[in-house]
Amino acid sequence: MSSVALARGIRARALKMVHRAKASHIGSALSISDIVAVLYGDVLRVRPSEPAWPARDRFILSKGHACVAVYAALAARGFITEDALDQYGQDHSMLMNHISHKVPGVEFSTGSLGHGLPFGVGKALAAKRRGQDWRCFVLLSDGEWGEGSNWEACLFASHHGLDNLVAIVDYNKLQSLTSVAKTLALEPLADKFRSFGWHVDEVDGHDHDALRRALAAVPRQPGKPSMLLAHTTKGKGVSFMEGSVEWHYRSPNDTQLAQALSEVAAGGPAA
Amino acid sequence: MRNAFIDELVALAAVHPQIALVVGDLGYSVVEPFADRFPDRFINAGVAEQNMTGLAAGMASEGYHVFTYSIANFPSFRCAEQIRNDVAYHQLPVTVVAVGGGLAYGALGYSHHAVQDYALFRSFPNLLMAAPGDPMEVRACMRYLVEHPQPSYLRLGKAGEPSFHDSVPTVSPGRWLAVSPPQAQPQASRTVLCTGATLALAMQHWRQAADPALAVHSLPLWGMGCKSGQAEQVERFAHVLSMEDHLRDGGFGSWLQEALCVRPDLLPRLRADALDPVVCGTVGSQAMLNELGGLGRTLSSFWR
Repeated sequence: MSSVALARGIRARALKMVHRAKASHIGSALSISDIVAVLYGDVLRVRPSEPAWPARDRFILSKGHACVAVYAALAARGFITEDALDQYGQDHSMLMNHISHKVPGVEFSTGSLGHGLPFGVGKALAAKRRGQDWRCFVLLSDGEWGEGSNWEACLFASHHGLDNLVAIVDYNKLQSLTSVAKTLALEPLADKFRSFGWHVDEVDGHDHDALRRALAAVPRQPGKPSMLLAHTTKGKGVSFMEGSVEWHYRSPNDTQLAQALSEVAAGGPAA
Repeated sequence: MRNAFIDELVALAAVHPQIALVVGDLGYSVVEPFADRFPDRFINAGVAEQNMTGLAAGMASEGYHVFTYSIANFPSFRCAEQIRNDVAYHQLPVTVVAVGGGLAYGALGYSHHAVQDYALFRSFPNLLMAAPGDPMEVRACMRYLVEHPQPSYLRLGKAGEPSFHDSVPTVSPGRWLAVSPPQAQPQASRTVLCTGATLALAMQHWRQAADPALAVHSLPLWGMGCKSGQAEQVERFAHVLSMEDHLRDGGFGSWLQEALCVRPDLLPRLRADALDPVVCGTVGSQAMLNELGGLGRTLSSFWR
């Protein structure tokens, strides 16, 4: 399956899960669907039949609220069954509304922001100290950079030369109430990371070829951790969700779901 | 206690290659023996305790048993959420080591006083509290924690605490340790049950009292997971006084009272010696602050 087809499947599944559970954060999940598809389709060295395979690449979703995209990818790759996705957000389900390590293939539970990168730093450091060659990928939101723990981790990662660590920022420029620019402006973000000693790439976070090129070979620069600023659109793929703050919290009704699924199946909103 | 901690950690690390030490830029003239001998397992995370704790959890998820080390509130309150979510929820072997429990850093002020830490950590379901009473109990707790790796909070005193055990005792969660001579135990009808460095205060009073009806016990390992078993230990005595250098609310005495809810008939046997909040915001020596907070006041009347 191509990563483009995988992304389409992730979007459709994410929409159905959020609709069924009447849950939030569909805009955030659609924002990262292409990144997750490229990671699970082409980049991550994993074995679905052996989720704890020691040589696997580690993937941490720091923006745990967007978990439906990852759950859908795990089902597509065979870590969990497609049927399991129907339990998302239901009573006693292992598929919580913020990503859960109870799900096979999930390394770390998050939900409170600012935790994924320090945890990933610890994993990357462990690999370095033991001479292991697996990589650690951490996907963060943009608003999450308000958390000081991330900047602490940034300092540490470059100081210790963790070039087996890749942080990806889902830079959709929207937070939960308004834009990032109006909340706690991040620009010039790439310069900030470079000044912290990271190798930085910027890509269109919905361009699969560009994502693949940026993630294919790690380290991007020996001796430096890698930062990928992925410019994205919140709610990507559904016309009435794209760039809209309200879909951080809303879930689609039946009519909205049907339209959203139709647009996703067509590869995105009509031009 | 600091020296017992580092000596024991070095000894354990020599035979347990998974042990690592991460410090928050503290431990000058204490941690060097570990850092020098095991440089690949020593990290100074800098003045960044949240990242220190998060990365400790990440290392622990890859097979390390990580000890994070700093003074009093910095590795604990500063990163309570990392301990709750990253360490305890994931049940990872990280031991948070807080140096200077209670009012040990008395003159340094409120920022360095750990008098609410029990209240915070005893509410974490998967976290084991370790509050040794003397350097021997420090070593005992360390050995237990390494043999039973799990999320844990190790509360140390500072330096110069006397030892009350002749050798390193065996400790286990929830089990009281007899500290006053065991041969006196059968005659004792009253006991002081200490956790942490209050053991020295209790033993000082006990020696002065020289009464075979009195005993002193220590409970260095406790927490939410080991309340059961307290009732039968209380039942052996007509009167039990809990003792802690921590505010009364949410502390060790409160924990013991909660543990006895299954046997409300035993509750009248309990009294608690703890600190009054008047110490919050006051500076001075540890002894002066303990006295100001009323620590030992109940103990004096308890012996009579």
